[in-house]
Amino acid sequence: MEFFRIKKDIPFMRHALTFNVISFVTFILAVVFLFTKGLHLSVEFTGGTLVEVKYEQAADLEKIRGALGKSGFSDYAVQNFGSSQDVMIRLPLKGEQNTSQLGETIMKALEAEAPGAALSRVEFVGPQVGKELAENGAMALLLVIVGIVIYLAFRFEWRFSVSAIIANLHDVVIILGFFAFFQWEFSLSVLAAVLAVLGYSVNESVVVFDRVRETFKKVRGLSTPEVLDHAITSTISRTIITHGSTQLMVLSMLIFGGETLYYFSLALTIGICFGIYSSVLVASPLVMWLGVSREQFVKPKKVVEGANEEGAVV
Amino acid sequence: MNRYPLWKYVTVAIALVLGFIYTLPNFFGESPAVQVSSAKATLKVDQKTEARVAETLKAAGVAHDGILLDFNGVKTRFKDTDTQLKAKDILEKTFNPDASDPQYVVALNLLSASPGWLTSLHALPMYLGLDLRGGVHFLLQVDMKGALTKRLDSTSADIRTVLRDKSLRHGGVNREGDRIVIRFRDVETRDKARYAIADSQPDLQVVDAGDASEPRLVATLKPQAQQKIGEFALKQNITTLHNRINELGVAEPVIQQQGQDRIVVQLPGVQDTAKAKDILGRTATLEIRMVDDTPGALDAALAGNPPFGTELYNERGGQPLLVKKQVVLTGDRLNDAQPGFDNQTQEPAVHLNLDSAGARIFKDVTRENVGKRMAILLIEKGKGEVITAPVIRTEIGGGRVQISGRMTTAEANDTALLLRAGSLAAPMDIVEERTIGPSLGAENIKKGFHSTMWGFAAIAVFMILYYQMFGVVSVLALASNLLFLVALLSLLQATLTLPGIAAIALTLGMAIDANVLINERVREELRAGMPPQAAISEGYERAFGTILDSNITTLIAGLALLIFGSGPVRGFAVVHCLGILTSIFSSVVVSRALINLIYGRQKKLAKVAIGQVWKPGVAAGAKN
Repeated sequence: MEFFRIKKDIPFMRHALTFNVISFVTFILAVVFLFTKGLHLSVEFTGGTLVEVKYEQAADLEKIRGALGKSGFSDYAVQNFGSSQDVMIRLPLKGEQNTSQLGETIMKALEAEAPGAALSRVEFVGPQVGKELAENGAMALLLVIVGIVIYLAFRFEWRFSVSAIIANLHDVVIILGFFAFFQWEFSLSVLAAVLAVLGYSVNESVVVFDRVRETFKKVRGLSTPEVLDHAITSTISRTIITHGSTQLMVLSMLIFGGETLYYFSLALTIGICFGIYSSVLVASPLVMWLGVSREQFVKPKKVVEGANEEGAVV
Repeated sequence: MNRYPLWKYVTVAIALVLGFIYTLPNFFGESPAVQVSSAKATLKVDQKTEARVAETLKAAGVAHDGILLDFNGVKTRFKDTDTQLKAKDILEKTFNPDASDPQYVVALNLLSASPGWLTSLHALPMYLGLDLRGGVHFLLQVDMKGALTKRLDSTSADIRTVLRDKSLRHGGVNREGDRIVIRFRDVETRDKARYAIADSQPDLQVVDAGDASEPRLVATLKPQAQQKIGEFALKQNITTLHNRINELGVAEPVIQQQGQDRIVVQLPGVQDTAKAKDILGRTATLEIRMVDDTPGALDAALAGNPPFGTELYNERGGQPLLVKKQVVLTGDRLNDAQPGFDNQTQEPAVHLNLDSAGARIFKDVTRENVGKRMAILLIEKGKGEVITAPVIRTEIGGGRVQISGRMTTAEANDTALLLRAGSLAAPMDIVEERTIGPSLGAENIKKGFHSTMWGFAAIAVFMILYYQMFGVVSVLALASNLLFLVALLSLLQATLTLPGIAAIALTLGMAIDANVLINERVREELRAGMPPQAAISEGYERAFGTILDSNITTLIAGLALLIFGSGPVRGFAVVHCLGILTSIFSSVVVSRALINLIYGRQKKLAKVAIGQVWKPGVAAGAKN
């Protein structure tokens, strides 16, 4: 069995501009959503209280809302969580509220108006902790970017490291854009997924670049786009198979992992899909625009730079 | 060329055996147990305790599955939770006949049901996080400023004593914010006092202030001292929390410092979170101060301008009371506090026992203030309440003090418990809290397990169909990766959380990448017309560089998460980083060993089962 019976190198670079335009538009859209809609941050980042309760039968959300209203709560959000029996109640931070007793107060209120609830989870995060988590998250992202740029610059040369990191940051922004557009909850585990996928899809670019370098060194007389086409074509089956395998695992989490892992695996799914696209079809054109050429890899010898591709048949 | 020297095979075999042994305890599950441990530092749990547990259970006719003594205490296993609960009640009654003064902690626990020989190899099951086993997690922020203030208050008292001992007259020692201001009548006394204070209080930085007409000394804490006090306060608070949690009866509490000024408290299996929070969150400290009964002073205070150096408090029952700011004694000087009853009035009371220094101060103060009133304050969360303000009738020596006044028996019990459990060196606030019900924990384990299992199965099916024998080898390598990872987590006793399980799944999904790389490379070499043995060798050699690259970039992300992550992210990062390390070993070394075992021995290998290797037409022959 072999999925990829590719006779010729696929002329990806001929469509480089198209791909870049697509990326650019998606990217801009993502940024627009991020700014207009913003991320729906979880309690971990914003601070506040989250109470999860379980009912024997389907829960009556209206009754629960009524119960909370009567107990003097405001700005609460009540929604089903996973199933009709599970209910999640969120409360924002309040200045003077006795937060440490909040869980109990809520349970008492529910007991009176909508009895039969069993407490499954309470989460309370103070304002300071939330702020710190957000700062630490940003620091982690920065550290990953710097780490990867340094590693790639050391391993290849600056053109590769710059294009790889741009391509993958564009993934990160797009994942965030999805979360902003659909108003999915952005929690700490989603952040972990985003960073993990960043590290993971960078290596996709590494694989392609490895081939680019190898081809530049080994094969003479190919234009830069041809070299890139060849490198992408010869790694495409590996790219799709590995990402497919990883996606199988993520899919399994998406299906069986329950509500807690749902957004985590969703972020991974988007990350993996765009990871394939960006590391292959965004990073490579970028390398080309940045003017990579043969003489950077072999002993100096003038070769016409950025030659037009003429139907890259090998 | 595809043969490993013997030592490599042996290394792989040993690694696999070790991986298997340390993974094994996770399969035995857990059995319900009751743990008896000491609630007091002076009380040791030893063989005698063990024998006593055995006798008690025998006398009550409760069957058990073995008694174990370790550094945590005496643990007894039971067949089911009903027996466990019954046994707990019996043991509780026997070991703590006086419920208000528990000597032992009798707590429900779960013990690994793995056989003894495994436990003796330190092969323990993975340590499950709270989201998997249920329980409460608190993050407490220590108010360092509060600790410093407290210290300055007690230092002010010490300075007064020093000045009095040296007969240096002063015009008042007062704390103003984070400094102590001492007023004097003349410069000469001030200079003498400066030396005296500098001698007796090395932690203080003392500077002159004010002019000759109004000489003052301003004392502040040196930065090193501030830091020391902060560290001490944190340690003291951790100890106090330990004591308080002991009173709650939790089997394996985790109380750790996090960062500079935070404490993490995790109480696995605790259901009654309200009680736990109440006990933890209460930052009650005791203070004894003098009451200002100057005529008219109280009225002035009620009108909004209390006389200098006094504060207005409400006595229990509502009466306002003017209390001097100067602290005579704090809860630090307390040896013991017991609930009881007043000998004369039969009112509920708390009996305090002061240490020798405290007893001396108390004796001096009562002697000098006969006829005056003394206020006993309970400070909770920065707010004070006067429990009682009795009139001092005679000098009280011996350090025995009784607090009584408008208390119920339950209040007396609670106050005694709070005072006995030690005072907190600095107030604390809960800044993060997570409570996870036990059923949710079990559900999370199930979900995590199912995700991993089905994902693994799907990958296995695909790999075997697509790469045949090489696929089988890849799957075996992946299975060994899982084995190593679980063994490592069990061995390190790293906390496994739901994000941790997700990381296991994700790591496996990413680890197969290495084998795909190898297999694709081998196919490519075959396509280029290389003989099978050479193709295998080349495939592994060439893929290695790429594998290393991809793992390093993933590791960079993992490490960043480990450094900056907290809570759920840290759990994810630990497993992710460990998984990357084990995956390099299993996907490269283990899979190569297997391939070598299968194909390496055949001298003339014509064909390898790596799935169909499709060769493009001559015109489009592979370039390299």
